[in-house]
Amino acid sequence: MDFQVPDFSLVLPELFLLGMACLLLLVDVFIDDAHRRVSFRIAQGTLLGTALLTYMQMGGPEQIGFSGTFVRDDMGSVLKIAVLLATATGFLYARDYLRDRNLFRGEYYVLGLFAVLGMMVMVSAGSLLTIYLGLELLSLCLYALVAFDRESGTSAESAMKYFVLGALASGMLLYGISMIYGATGSIDLETIRAAIGERDAGNLVLVFGLVFLVVGVAFKLGAVPFHMWIPDVYQGAPTSVTLFVGSAPKLAAFALAMRLLVDGLENLQADWQQMLIVLSVLSMGLGNLLAIAQTNIKRMLAYSTIANVGFLLLGLLAGTPEGYAAAMFYTITYVIMVCGAFGVVIYLSQAGIEADSLDDFKGLNKRNPWLAVLMLLVMFSTAGIPPLVGFYAKLAVLKAIIDVGLVWLAVAAVVFSIIGAFYYLRIVKLMYFDDPTSDAEIEGSLDTRVVLSANGLAVAVLGILPGWLLGICAAAIG
Amino acid sequence: MGFEKFLFYLFAAILVFAALRVITVRNPVHAALFLVLAFFNSAVLWLLLEAEFLAIVLVLVYVGAVMVLFLFVVMMLDVNVAPMREGFIHYLPVGIVIGLIMVLEMGLVVGSDFFDADHFAAVAAHPADFSDTKELGGLLYTQYVLPFELAAVILLVAIVAAISLTLRRRPGTKHQAPAQQVLVRSQDRVRLVQVDSEEKQ
Amino acid sequence: MFEAFQNALGVFPESLQTFIVIAVKIVAILVPLLLAVAYLTFAERKIIGFIQVRIGPNRVGPNGWLQPIADAVKLMFKEIILPSGANRFLFLTSPVLAIAPAMAAWAVIPFGDGMVLADVDAGLLYLLALTSLGVYGVIIAGWASNSKYAFLGAMRSAAQMISYEIAMGFALVGVLMGAGSLNLNDIVQAQSGSFLHWYWLPMLPLFMVYFISGVAETNRAPFDLAEGESEIVAGFHVEYSGMTFAVFFLAEYANMILISALTATMFLGGWLSPFQGVPVLEQAFAFVPGLVWFGLKTSIFLFIYLWLRATFPRYRYDQVMRLGWKVLIPVTIVWIFVLGAAIYGGLGPWFD
Repeated sequence: MDFQVPDFSLVLPELFLLGMACLLLLVDVFIDDAHRRVSFRIAQGTLLGTALLTYMQMGGPEQIGFSGTFVRDDMGSVLKIAVLLATATGFLYARDYLRDRNLFRGEYYVLGLFAVLGMMVMVSAGSLLTIYLGLELLSLCLYALVAFDRESGTSAESAMKYFVLGALASGMLLYGISMIYGATGSIDLETIRAAIGERDAGNLVLVFGLVFLVVGVAFKLGAVPFHMWIPDVYQGAPTSVTLFVGSAPKLAAFALAMRLLVDGLENLQADWQQMLIVLSVLSMGLGNLLAIAQTNIKRMLAYSTIANVGFLLLGLLAGTPEGYAAAMFYTITYVIMVCGAFGVVIYLSQAGIEADSLDDFKGLNKRNPWLAVLMLLVMFSTAGIPPLVGFYAKLAVLKAIIDVGLVWLAVAAVVFSIIGAFYYLRIVKLMYFDDPTSDAEIEGSLDTRVVLSANGLAVAVLGILPGWLLGICAAAIG
Repeated sequence: MGFEKFLFYLFAAILVFAALRVITVRNPVHAALFLVLAFFNSAVLWLLLEAEFLAIVLVLVYVGAVMVLFLFVVMMLDVNVAPMREGFIHYLPVGIVIGLIMVLEMGLVVGSDFFDADHFAAVAAHPADFSDTKELGGLLYTQYVLPFELAAVILLVAIVAAISLTLRRRPGTKHQAPAQQVLVRSQDRVRLVQVDSEEKQ
Repeated sequence: MFEAFQNALGVFPESLQTFIVIAVKIVAILVPLLLAVAYLTFAERKIIGFIQVRIGPNRVGPNGWLQPIADAVKLMFKEIILPSGANRFLFLTSPVLAIAPAMAAWAVIPFGDGMVLADVDAGLLYLLALTSLGVYGVIIAGWASNSKYAFLGAMRSAAQMISYEIAMGFALVGVLMGAGSLNLNDIVQAQSGSFLHWYWLPMLPLFMVYFISGVAETNRAPFDLAEGESEIVAGFHVEYSGMTFAVFFLAEYANMILISALTATMFLGGWLSPFQGVPVLEQAFAFVPGLVWFGLKTSIFLFIYLWLRATFPRYRYDQVMRLGWKVLIPVTIVWIFVLGAAIYGGLGPWFD
C-alpha cells in the first residue's frame, strides 16, 4: 500500500493543544482542590502556547495536508489566534466567578480546551467530514459546559434544549452533506467545488443539499428562524459559560460558513445569497426588536447576538472578497465586544450575587466609575457609534453590500441598527443616571482588572485605528 | 442472482416492518426489541453488499452494547406512554401536511434522473480472498487518519462530559481501598490476649 | 464410508447438496457439544464433590454415569409454568435467545487444520458479536418474568456483561494484532512453532484477562451475581421451570465450553500439538489428531471453571464493577501498547 506520512507540522498547534488537554486531564486527577489553580495555569499556558505556534505557522501560501482533510491558510490562522485569545480571556474572567460558585473544577478547562480543538479543526477543515467532526467536538463540549452547574435547574434545562436542538441541527447538516456527496461524489471541498463547476449550478439535488447545509450553519450561528436556543442557553448557563458560548464559537461558525459556502459551494452563490438575505433581515429585525423587551442582561445580549449575526451574514452574502473580509472583521470585533460585555457582567457578579438583571447596572458609575466607562465603551461600540470599532465593522459590511447593489438591504440594516441602539443606550442611562440599588463592594483580582480594562480599551483603540485589523482580515481572505 | 434479490427483498421487508413497529408499538421494551430486529436486518443487507466488517460491527456495537443499555434504561424507567400521546390528534393535521411536503420534495429530488442507476458504474465483484476489513483499516489509518483520530477525541470528550456531569462524591458512601486490604497483616487485625483463667470459687 | 456418503449425495441437485453437507456438519458439531454439556454438569458435580471431600452423584447407573440423562428426562417431563402477568411470547423466546448464540458461535471454531464449518474472514469479530448477544436471553427473561428477583438478576447481568465485554474485546485485539488476522484458523497457524510460540506467553496478561472476563461473561462463580442463589433466589431464571429452565442451563454450560474452546484457540495454540518442535516427542505423538489436543486444552479451562467455583466466594456488585473497569481494562490497554512495541520491534520468537 502506498502511504505518504502526512505532514504533521501542519497540525502542530492542534497536536500541542490535544496533548496538553490530555495532560491537564491527568494532572487534574492528582491535585486536590486547594491547588486547582494549577489546572487553570496549565489551561492558560496551553492556549497561549497554541496561539504562538499558530502565529509561527502564519504566512505563505495555502497548504493542504492529511489527504485533503486539513487546510492551513491565513484566514484559518487569524481566526484560530482569535479563538485562542478569546478563550484565554474568557477563562481569566471566569476564574473568580467559578471559584465563588464551587464550579472551579478541572473539567471546566478540559472541556474548554477540547472545545477549542473542535473550533480549530472546523476552522481548518478541508472536507465535509472534518467540518462535521469539529462541529460535533465543539458542540459536545458546549452542551456539557452549559450544564456544568449541576445544582442549577435552569442550567440543566437550557443544556437539554441546546442538546436537542443542536442534535437536530447536526442531523440537518449531515443530511445536507449526504445530498452534496450524492451529487458530487466527494466530501472533499476542493473536489466538490470542481464538480459543481462542471455541471449546471441549478441542479435540484445540489440546491436541496444546500438548503440543509444553510440551515445547519444558521443554527450554529443563531440566525432567525433557527435562533430559539440562544436566549435560553445564554440565560440558563453560568455566566462564564455564556461568555464562552457567545464568543469563540461565533468565530468558528463564521469559518464554518466560509468553508462550506465559499470554499466548497461558491458556484452556488446565487442560490445561497437569497437564503442568507432572508435569514439576515429576519435576524436583524427580530433580534433588535425583542432585545428591547428584555429585563435580563444575559437574555438581552442573546438577542443582541442574533441581531449581530444578521449583520455578519450581510458581509457573507455580498459574495465578494471585500464582503468576506468585512464579515471576518465584524466577527472578530464582535467577539471582542462580547468578551467585554460579559466580562463586566461576570465582574459584577460577586459571591452569592448573580448580576444578570438590568437593575444591577443602576448607578454603576457611582459604585465603580472605571467599570462603568468600560461598559459604556462596549455598549456604544455594539450600538455602532463612531469612533468605536463597532461603527467601522458595520460600515465595512454595509459598504460591501452596497458595492454589489443591494442598497435596500443596507437601508434596512441601518434602520434596524438604529432601533437596536435604544437598548444599548438604555444600559448607559441606567449606569449614569439612576441611583444604585446596592452599595456592595465590587471586588476583583488584579489580573482580571487589567485584562478587562485592556479589553474595553481595545474597542476604542481599534475604533480609532481600524486599519490594522481590517488589513489583516483583507490579507487573510485575499 | 435471483436468490440474492429474493434475500434482499425478504430482509428489507422485515427491516421496514420492524422499523414501523418501533414507532407504533405501545410498549417501549417491545419498541427497543423491534429496533434490535431492525439492526439485525440492516446488518444482513450490508452482508449482501459484501460489507462483512460493517455488518458484524453493527451487530457488535449497536445490538451487543448500545441496545442492551437502551433496554436497561427503558426497563428501569416505568415509561408511561399515555401522556406522551396527548395532543397527538391535535397536531396530526399539521404534521401530516409537513410530512407530505417533505415526502414530495424528497421524491422530486431523489426521483430526478440524477440518481438513475445508469449514471453510476456497477460495483465490481471482489475475489473470494478480498478482505474488506483490511481495506477499511488501510483507509482509516491513512487517508482518513485525521477524522478517525478526531472521532476518538469526541468519544473521550463524551466520557469526560458524562463523568463530570454525574460523578458526585457523596459524604458517607463506603468505598473499598483494595490496596490497604491487601497490605493488611494479621497483627493489625488479630490481637492475642493472654487471659488468666478464673479461680473456681 | 465417506465415499458412500458422497455417492448417496449425488442423487440430489447441486444446490441441495451443499445444503445437506452443511446440515450434516452442523449435526456433527452440535450433537457432541450437547453431550459434552450434559457430561460437563456431571463432571461439575463430581469434581466439586471431590474438592469438598464428598463422592458426588453415584446412584444412577454405574458410578452415577447416567445422572445427566436422568436429569434431562426429569426436566423434560416437568410442567412449564407461566407466571401471571408475564409476557408470554418473550418469556418463551428468551431461552432460545440464550442458547442460539452459544451454539452459532461454534461455526467459526477450527477443530483441526481447516476443520471448520464456516471459514469466515472476520471470524473473531463474528465471535465477539455473537457472544455479546447472549445477554439478551438473560435480560429479556428477567423482564418478561414479571418478578422482582428475576428483574434484579437481569439488570445485574446486563451491567456486568457490558463491562466485561470491553476487557474481553481488548484482549482479543491483542491476539489479532499478533496474528495479523481475524480468521481463527490463521490465528492458530500463527502460533505454530512450539509450546513457547503460543500466545499465552507474550500475551500473558491478556490471556488472564480474557479468561477472567470469560468467566464473568458466562455468569459463573465468582461472578454469578445474575443468579446469586443466596441473594436473589436464582436471579433471572427464577420463574422458569421444566424444559425452559433446562434450555437456560444448557446455554450456560454451552457458553462455558465455548469460552474454554476460544481461550484454547486464541492463547494455547488450538489444535496444535504441544510437542511441536520437541525432538523425540513430536514424532512420538504425531499420530494424535489435532482434535484431541484441542479437546484436552479446552478441558483444562473447563476444569479451571469448576475449580474457581469451588474456591472463591461471590463478588459483591461494586467489586465486580471495580475489577472490570479499574483493573482489567487498564491492564489490557497497557499490554496492547507493549504488544504494539513488541510487534514493531519484531520481538522473537513470536513476532519476527
